[in-house]
Amino acid sequence: MRRWFHRLGRPGLHTSYAEDSGIFANNVQRSIAFAAVVGFILLAFLLDEPDDRVWLLLLSTAFVYSIGSIGLNLVTGYAGQVSLGHAFFFGVGAYAAAALGGSADGEIIGLGLDMWIWIPGAGLIAALAGALVAPIALRLKGLYLALVTIGLVFLGEHIFRSWTELTGGQGKGREPAQMSLFGYRFDLDGNLAGIAVSKEQQVYLVTFVLMVVLTLLAKNLVRSRVGRAFAAVRDRDIAAEIMGVNLTRYKVVAFAISSFYAGVAGAIFYSITGFVEPNAFNLLLSVTFIAMVVIGGASSIAGSLMGAFFIALLPKFIELVLDWLPVDPTTVTQAITTNQIERILFGVLIMVFLILEPLGLYGIWIRVRNYWKAFPFSY
Amino acid sequence: MTRFLQATAEGLSLASIYALLALGFVIIYKATQVLSFAQPALLLFGAYMASYLSVTLAWGFWWGVLVAIVLAGTLGALSERVALRPMVGKPVFAAAILTIGLDIAIRVVVNDLIGPDVRAIGDPPEGAFGAPGLPWGNTALNWGGVIIQPRVVAMVITTVVIVALLFVFFNKSRMGLAMRATALDQEVAQAQGINVGAVFSMAWILGGVTAAIAGVFGATAFSGLTQANSVAALKALPAVVVGGLDSIKGAVYGALLIGLTEAWTATYQAQYLPWLGPNFSQVMPYVVMLAVLLVRPYGLFGTPEVERV
Repeated sequence: MRRWFHRLGRPGLHTSYAEDSGIFANNVQRSIAFAAVVGFILLAFLLDEPDDRVWLLLLSTAFVYSIGSIGLNLVTGYAGQVSLGHAFFFGVGAYAAAALGGSADGEIIGLGLDMWIWIPGAGLIAALAGALVAPIALRLKGLYLALVTIGLVFLGEHIFRSWTELTGGQGKGREPAQMSLFGYRFDLDGNLAGIAVSKEQQVYLVTFVLMVVLTLLAKNLVRSRVGRAFAAVRDRDIAAEIMGVNLTRYKVVAFAISSFYAGVAGAIFYSITGFVEPNAFNLLLSVTFIAMVVIGGASSIAGSLMGAFFIALLPKFIELVLDWLPVDPTTVTQAITTNQIERILFGVLIMVFLILEPLGLYGIWIRVRNYWKAFPFSY
Repeated sequence: MTRFLQATAEGLSLASIYALLALGFVIIYKATQVLSFAQPALLLFGAYMASYLSVTLAWGFWWGVLVAIVLAGTLGALSERVALRPMVGKPVFAAAILTIGLDIAIRVVVNDLIGPDVRAIGDPPEGAFGAPGLPWGNTALNWGGVIIQPRVVAMVITTVVIVALLFVFFNKSRMGLAMRATALDQEVAQAQGINVGAVFSMAWILGGVTAAIAGVFGATAFSGLTQANSVAALKALPAVVVGGLDSIKGAVYGALLIGLTEAWTATYQAQYLPWLGPNFSQVMPYVVMLAVLLVRPYGLFGTPEVERV
């Protein structure tokens, strides 16, 4: 009991290696995480009015973005391989899922498989694409790598536009994969253990569970041998190589895992959005993911989640602020739309965080925590 | 053969746009160690101002373009002073991402100003280049079956002149020497009494100016000025990479290679390699970039980075 209090008061104090590298630093964090999971699940049942569907969809999108942003953080934040090509892998996952889980329609490919196949399948196909791209990262470093991954996005966009059997082509699109697991349809209103649930609630729950599982896996990965190898490659790859870290292997692994996350995120994103044009997987989407990592905090899983939620909820937040301001919203939207404010704010926030708080929201949280840890003394 | 020469002429006009943009990228990168993703925004801003001043306010082509170029240079210097000066000494990648944020913020405003319609840039007064038949959009010169628009000739000549001027500037002027010294080592340059801040501003002014001129070039085409014109700046990136991020010579050769390949692809790909899909020429620059980088990781003329353990 005393030990428990001790930890409560000194969250940064670790007395063993296992404690230091645990998925959760202490019982407080473990309890908070558990409470958050329970809270988010309960939230799904509390948001049962028809008006709440917007919020459920918004939060589902935030969960999907979280998965994608964790993926980017693994390759860019942890392994230090700057990738602006995340949108490409996201798109590969989306169309792989649509081909595996969607229904065939005329010339369009569709196998109509179950969700337990198309979610991992989309991830694996994206991971394969990542592993194929990784050898480029062996030859190129820094900005040259970033620029090549930009090229990848443009090439991907071209392929998505041209391969109409897969994507339906520009302006037409195609049906997404069907969210059905062992015959149970998540995309229809249903009945979960005796409680009537809407399709939005079900989609929310499925996405949330996936996010939690993938978050825990990522947390576990970065504290393992692989995670330490990533950090060594990031901090100085030549030194890492001398110490016996196999650069080829870990760069390929980093790209493959990151792309797996992007692929899974893309798969679900397509399914919950319903209709996506082939040119949606563009440079702006890559930049959006980079923004999540930058704003949330590089090389921090918790930061990835914060960044993803921040970016996903930003438009709604701006809308609410505009409603709340004592000006007639129509006069505002005549001069400049909510979408434009969002975009400007998005750009400005990237700049502000990079200049003022390179550790992102996670860094802010650490500073707030450290302040209260020593309260009322300043250090 | 006529067809090939026609494609080559179009390639040269693309190359002149890419060369100017690539020079902007390289000058900024060499002097400040920042890869500026804000070039699309500067391009669009320059082109919009030129169109606004010369057509909407009816200042005439020359005044409109001249003032637009000055304004774009100012915007470049301002962006550097406000957003990038605090990033000196930070990782190159952080600064590059920051310019993406800058690009987004500026481009939203400029896109809103441009609106959904196509805008035009005025024509230079008749006889400006001694070429008959200006305004330059409509009439074309016919050189032995190869149709060349006067604007293409003007673009290529202007680019050659600007490249020559930059060459003289970097090699003969005091500021050029300071910029070369800063590119070599910022701290040592400062220790020698060079005003490194002024060099940074100068680099971004040149970046803004070259982007604005490229923007005006792009907007003189039949398609005019739309929000999509900024894509040219992203297609100039492969030219920079092919030439090497820190090589001015490389920027010009890279632009030539990219511009010509793109135009040749546009002419022949639909006929010989139709399975690559429509508009493949639009992504050809990136294919060339990938191919060159796999053979030469620092581009054709870039300096290989020497790393310590």
